[in-house]
Order: sequence, then C-alpha cells, then structure tokens
Amino acid sequence: MFKRILQRSRIKSPWLLHYDCSSCNGCDIEVLACLTPLYDIERFGIVNMGNPMHADILLVTGTANHRNKKILRNLYDQMPEPKAVIAIGACALSGGVFRETYNVVGGVDKVIPVDVYVPGCAAKPEAIIDGVVLGLEKFKQKLDRTVADKQDTREVRLCR
Amino acid sequence: MIETTIVIVATVLMAPLMGGVISGADRILTARLQARVGPPLLQPFYDVLKLLGKEPVAVNVWQFFCAYAYLTASLIAVVLFALGSDLLLVLFTQAVGAIFLVVGALSSTSPFSQVGAHRELLQILSYEPLLLLVAVGIYLETGSFKIGQVLVQPEPLLLKLPFLFVALGYALTIKLRKSPFDLSTSHHGHQEIVKGLLTDYAGPLLAFIEIGHWFDVVLLLGLCALFWATSWIGMVLIVTLTYAAEIVIDNVAARLSWRWMLGYVWAMGLTLSIVNLIWIHVR
Repeated sequence: MFKRILQRSRIKSPWLLHYDCSSCNGCDIEVLACLTPLYDIERFGIVNMGNPMHADILLVTGTANHRNKKILRNLYDQMPEPKAVIAIGACALSGGVFRETYNVVGGVDKVIPVDVYVPGCAAKPEAIIDGVVLGLEKFKQKLDRTVADKQDTREVRLCR
Repeated sequence: MIETTIVIVATVLMAPLMGGVISGADRILTARLQARVGPPLLQPFYDVLKLLGKEPVAVNVWQFFCAYAYLTASLIAVVLFALGSDLLLVLFTQAVGAIFLVVGALSSTSPFSQVGAHRELLQILSYEPLLLLVAVGIYLETGSFKIGQVLVQPEPLLLKLPFLFVALGYALTIKLRKSPFDLSTSHHGHQEIVKGLLTDYAGPLLAFIEIGHWFDVVLLLGLCALFWATSWIGMVLIVTLTYAAEIVIDNVAARLSWRWMLGYVWAMGLTLSIVNLIWIHVR
C-alpha cells in the first residue's frame, strides 16, 4: 500500500528543471508559457525548479554542443533517482537546422538518456504538457526498478 | 501522565497534518490571487512523500545531522507549546532548530547555500528579538511565562498587547518565508539565489525540513492564537485572519534587501514592542 501512495505522490508532484542548450529561445518561451495563468501547470503539482538536486524531470531545449555537453551531463548526474528527461523541440531531438554544424553534437540523446521526445519548432505549450504527462508514465515505471536497486546498495550518494 | 502522553502523541500526529493543509490552502489562495487555479489541497503531502521516496543525496554527512536536528527541535518546540510549558523554553528550542538549518547550509561549499545561510542568520537576527519581546509582554500582562497562565486570562491579550501583535506579525512574515522577507529561501515559483538556504538539501532531507517548517508554522500560529485565548472561535478567527493577511502581503509585496529588512523590522518592530511594554507598565 505504501508503494502505491508513493507512486501516486510521484506522479502528482513532478518538479521540473529546465536547461537551455543554446536554443534560439523559442522553445524556452513556450516552456515558460506553461507556467502562466493560461496553462497553469501548477494544477498538476508541476513546479519549475532552479536546482537539479530538487528536480525530478529535466526539460532540455536546444541542441547539445561540445561546450555544453559536460554541463548537461553534470546537471543530469546531480538529479537524484528516479528521474526522467524530456527533449523539447527539433534542435533537442536531432540537432535541427544546426545538425551538420561542426560544433554541434546532435540530439540531446547523444549525451544523456532521453525518455520522451517532444517535436516542434517551436514546440507548443500543449505539446510540452503532453510530453510531461508521458514522461510521468515513464517515471512511474521507473519506481519498481529504483526500489530493487536500493535494496542492493543502501548507501547515500554524496554529490561533489 | 496518560493525559500528557495523549497530548504529545496527538501533537506529533496533528501538527504536521495541520501544517500541510495550511500550506496547501496557502498555495491555492496564492494561485487564485494570481488568476490561476492552483494545485490540489493535498499537494504539500504529495511533495513531501515524493521527496521521502527519492534517492538520498547529500553534500556531506553533517547535512543529515542538521536536518534531523532541525526537525527534532521544531517538533519539541510544538510539543512543549501544546503541553502549556514555559514560553521562553519554547522560543529557545525553536531557535536551536533554526540555527541547525543554517549550520547545515554553511557546511556546503555551494555559494548559493552560503549566501542563503548568511541571509537566514540576518533573518533570525531580525525576528528573534521581537519574539522575545512578545514573550516579555505576555509575562508583564499575565505575571508568568507559562502558556497555561495565558489560557486562564479573563480578557483577550490582543486588547492589551495590540502593538506587540503587529510586531509578532513581522516575525511571522519572516518565519513563514513570505515576501518581502523571503531572502534566504523562498517557496515554489519565487526563486531566490536558486533555492538559497535549501539549495544543497535534497530528497528525504528536504522532506524533513519541509515537515519541520510545518511544525514552525503551527507553533507561530499557536503563538498568534494566544492573543485571543478566551474562546475557540476567537482563536480560529485570529489565526485565519492573520494568515490571510500574510498571503495578501506575500502577493502584493516585492522581495527587498536584507539591509531594508533589518532596518525596517528593528525600527518598526522594536518601537511598537517598546511602546506597548511602556503602556502596560504605566497603566
């Protein structure tokens, strides 16, 4: 029963961390639009956090390049398990129009594992909310795996 | 003996429930004031349960000690309050918890955590004298620091200590982390220096701190309730009105600098308190 309550709480309280990998800001504006009274994602308990250590879901916009891939990896590593990653917009999915550029790695999934891909240029707020909801489903599935992992190694991870 | 045990168990169970529901209502009201719908009433419980189920991540082992110490001190303060103990003892126990929170944040090397901890110390410096003066005012009026003594007063304290109640309001705004005094850390959606004081507390530790904060909220609202302790309706009314005023202030005020906070709270709060104390003395 406790597991059910925990699972329910997880789905009802996803805290987002938004990282912009050199995007044109189109997708970023749409992500922030979700927080406005029109879309009001706090209805679903979703809160935008500035701190990776408090976040459950990582939203990445823009294409990963050689400069920011380490930062992206670092942010991902600092987030405590269980966590999900959502790539938003054409650039985050594949590199978009910058795909062939010399300094670009390509999609975000070349750097960190991505759970949900939200297409669009720029992605619409409705599509982003849809992506987060899909991300929550993945998040739910991760629960059992994390609990099993925990029983193997019951130790505390020290960041930094 | 049995009565005491019942009071302790009831407080330990009820205080976090009350604190969580108050916090949920706060989030809904805040959302409504911003033309949003807002989260469900039980949202704070979902948040805390989720955090408890997360992987324990910390910067160093001191953070565990400090988070537990904060939770324990806040819990003991509320239990002592419920048992009708000495008001000074309650306030000092609460202060110990607040200091441990700062110590935990200072043990991290993160600049956000450090700045947040220093600001929190300034906040403690601002509100702690006011809380003590409120206790002194209650002593001068009732002749005892015991909370039990306040409950047997024939008239509400608010009529004799109105200025001290306003001073308590300043302390309450700081302690509830409401604008304009949410410098060290702030609630959801109003970020300040990432998360300030709480930047490096994560997962279950953050959940413990949130529960500790609920205990603090209940304690301070209990302190407000003492100002109209003659009837239950009066207690509920005074707490509700005070908290509603806090939410409105939070939404209409901008966050201000620590210099302004220290200057304003000391100038206004201490003046109001001392005027009230002189008034009691002369009368």
